[in-house]
Amino acid sequence: MKPSRNNSRRDFMKTATLATAGATVLSPFSIPGAYAAGSDVIKIALIGCGGRGTGATFQAFETGHNIKLVAMADAFKDRLEDSYSKFLRKFGKEKVDVPEERKFIGFDAYKHAIKEADVVIIATPPGFRPYHFEEAVRQNKQVFMEKPVATDAIGIRKVLAVAEEARSKKLNVVVGLQRRYQDSYVETIKKIHDGAIGDIVGGQVFWNGGGVWVRERQPGQTEMEYQMRNWYYFNWLCGDHIVEQHVHNIDVANWVKGSYPVKAEGTGGRLVRKGKDNGEIFDHHVVLFTYDDGTVIHSECRHFPGVHNRVDETFQGTKGRCFMHAGNHGTLWDAGGNEIYKHNGENNPNPYQTEHNELFAAIAKGEYKFADAENAAKSTMTAIMGRYATYSGKVISWEEALNSEVSLMPEQLNWDAKPRVLPNEDGYYPYAIPGKTKVI
Amino acid sequence: MFRKRIYALLTFAGCSVAFLTITAWASRLQKDTFEPYTQKIRGTSAAFDMIPIPEGTYRMGSTEDNPHHKKDEIPQHKVKIAPFWMGAHEVTWDIYEMFLNKGYEQSVSDTPLTDEVDAVSRPTTPYLDMTFGMGKENMPAIGMTQYNAIQFCKWLYTKTGVFYRLPTEAEWEYACRAGSTSSYFFGNSPEKLADYAWYANNSDDKTHPIGQKKPNPWGLYDILGNVMEWTVDQYAPESYTKYAGKTVNNPVAEATELYPRVIRGGSYKSSAEDLRSAKRFASTPDWKKIDPQMPKSNWWFPEAPFLGIRVVRPLNPPSEEEIMNYYNQPPIEDY
Repeated sequence: MKPSRNNSRRDFMKTATLATAGATVLSPFSIPGAYAAGSDVIKIALIGCGGRGTGATFQAFETGHNIKLVAMADAFKDRLEDSYSKFLRKFGKEKVDVPEERKFIGFDAYKHAIKEADVVIIATPPGFRPYHFEEAVRQNKQVFMEKPVATDAIGIRKVLAVAEEARSKKLNVVVGLQRRYQDSYVETIKKIHDGAIGDIVGGQVFWNGGGVWVRERQPGQTEMEYQMRNWYYFNWLCGDHIVEQHVHNIDVANWVKGSYPVKAEGTGGRLVRKGKDNGEIFDHHVVLFTYDDGTVIHSECRHFPGVHNRVDETFQGTKGRCFMHAGNHGTLWDAGGNEIYKHNGENNPNPYQTEHNELFAAIAKGEYKFADAENAAKSTMTAIMGRYATYSGKVISWEEALNSEVSLMPEQLNWDAKPRVLPNEDGYYPYAIPGKTKVI
Repeated sequence: MFRKRIYALLTFAGCSVAFLTITAWASRLQKDTFEPYTQKIRGTSAAFDMIPIPEGTYRMGSTEDNPHHKKDEIPQHKVKIAPFWMGAHEVTWDIYEMFLNKGYEQSVSDTPLTDEVDAVSRPTTPYLDMTFGMGKENMPAIGMTQYNAIQFCKWLYTKTGVFYRLPTEAEWEYACRAGSTSSYFFGNSPEKLADYAWYANNSDDKTHPIGQKKPNPWGLYDILGNVMEWTVDQYAPESYTKYAGKTVNNPVAEATELYPRVIRGGSYKSSAEDLRSAKRFASTPDWKKIDPQMPKSNWWFPEAPFLGIRVVRPLNPPSEEEIMNYYNQPPIEDY
């Protein structure tokens, strides 16, 4: 057991070291796709013009580097135009150089937008992430992409392969698991890794909230358009809230443990989420993730209004315990219950901004420093494994989960094509039944 | 324009036309019905208590001889306030969450939602957990913008037919002082503060259920501490300068800029000094620093888990048109 744990920790720390140490410095000429010497303009393209993509692009501009937005892509023209108008109003024509011929619409829009840029911001619904990431790396672009990085194991395997390619090409990749760029988490977890509370032997992670937006079906929409608009409720696009949202807390568990779980078992279902506009996703999941040293992390996520909310992470070690949450909070206690560390969260920087500051600083210097994709894929895979467990009712091993051949993607991507999951005659969608639904 | 509307909201009784008739009507109303009452929310078991705050004149702000005075609290000046009711408590999640989540509101209601209620703008679902792990039951709702708080009042109006709004800064301080002229409504020394307020020294850095401490002399619980409370006004450090030596009638500083806006009352995080009745706080864009969306949310301050709502209701309500103008102010985009 011990050698295996150490091995996992060493592998993890290798990844972490690459992501945080920044030892490699290269001439700009050494990075294929890096902006050309003689010009200091960094050209960016935005793939996916929703709220998060728009926010990420604002954050890119706010890094203060000489950045120009040169292309935008979205499945929907109205989303692209809404986002474009915000950029233009705030940053002006000099920085927002996206004429009509560089506004790309539709399912293949991303390919054309990627071609125009040095750095690609990918913020589409996560089901598309593997394909967009693949194209960006194929075209030798540096990448910021939002979490999660896939919705099924087939997508994860692709991301892992592309992550390897990005590494060999020395393309920086930052993923929007912004707790990894948040001072309270970075400082608190460093102390944990330095042994402040001993070896981690248990923990609990939570995203218990009230739910997210709904975009109701509109008259005249094809099934494909409706699912694309209301994407949170369809697994091919979203992965369910355990993957789309709770991945943040699950990633913290993996980060603290310095490894990924070897199996998952759990229970979930739909109690509150019963409407026609709620697609196929569950409203709660409770999963036990077991790591190779026997540590069990309890993971809980729910979308229940009117009940107690909780979004935080707690861990127990052989010498103490810790508590963290995204409001810049990190506290450690010793085994006697005495507080031994409390992070001062006042005036801490915005981690969403920090992740862009660090990425663009590396790009501007011609440094190869960030390789977040592999860890993001494995933490996303952890969450997907949890969904596989709750949907099937089985104990799911990491190997079984990672090698699942069950695809969620539609056979074809066009506005008249049919997604795999369709409503019944009453307008309700089928959802997973534990004991019956196959996930691997 | 807004100022005129606000004056109308506040001082309808001052209208000189048909003065005698209005006076007689107001007197009768006040004698018969200006009492504490419980507002029920139709179709649900939720309710909240309202306390009458009598008409009166008081000294707003601080004098320079108060050792804890701040520059923005000077000069102290006389203010005349029209009668109103004020919420006995800060607004709790139990009520606020029905506004926040229409599906939840419907699920706890024993009648279908009306079209008017259905049409009220609701907050976007917050990205973070806005309870910050501090719980909901009987706890003050927190982290909302002023726009959010005003839309909550609109939802209340739509549910109850009664005009509720945020207090003006002048109304808030008048109600808090409850006739006192000292730093706190119970005296100048913070010695007894813990009897009345949750603040830095006793809160363990979190919100607490409403109503656990003693009320002020007029019956307002947690008016100091627990959570800060929204007012209507635009904040400026020199707001009081123009009132020096004057008696002002129901003053309000028209809010035209998104920042800063006046907040009162201090919170579970505040020092004793910051819980004085005259203390002024102001909203800041830093409270949205962690919001990843652009433009920033009109609805939430994810870094203000110490800020909530206490509603008021004027004894003499303004016209329907004026009410709608108050509720339907468009949000100012925040980049």
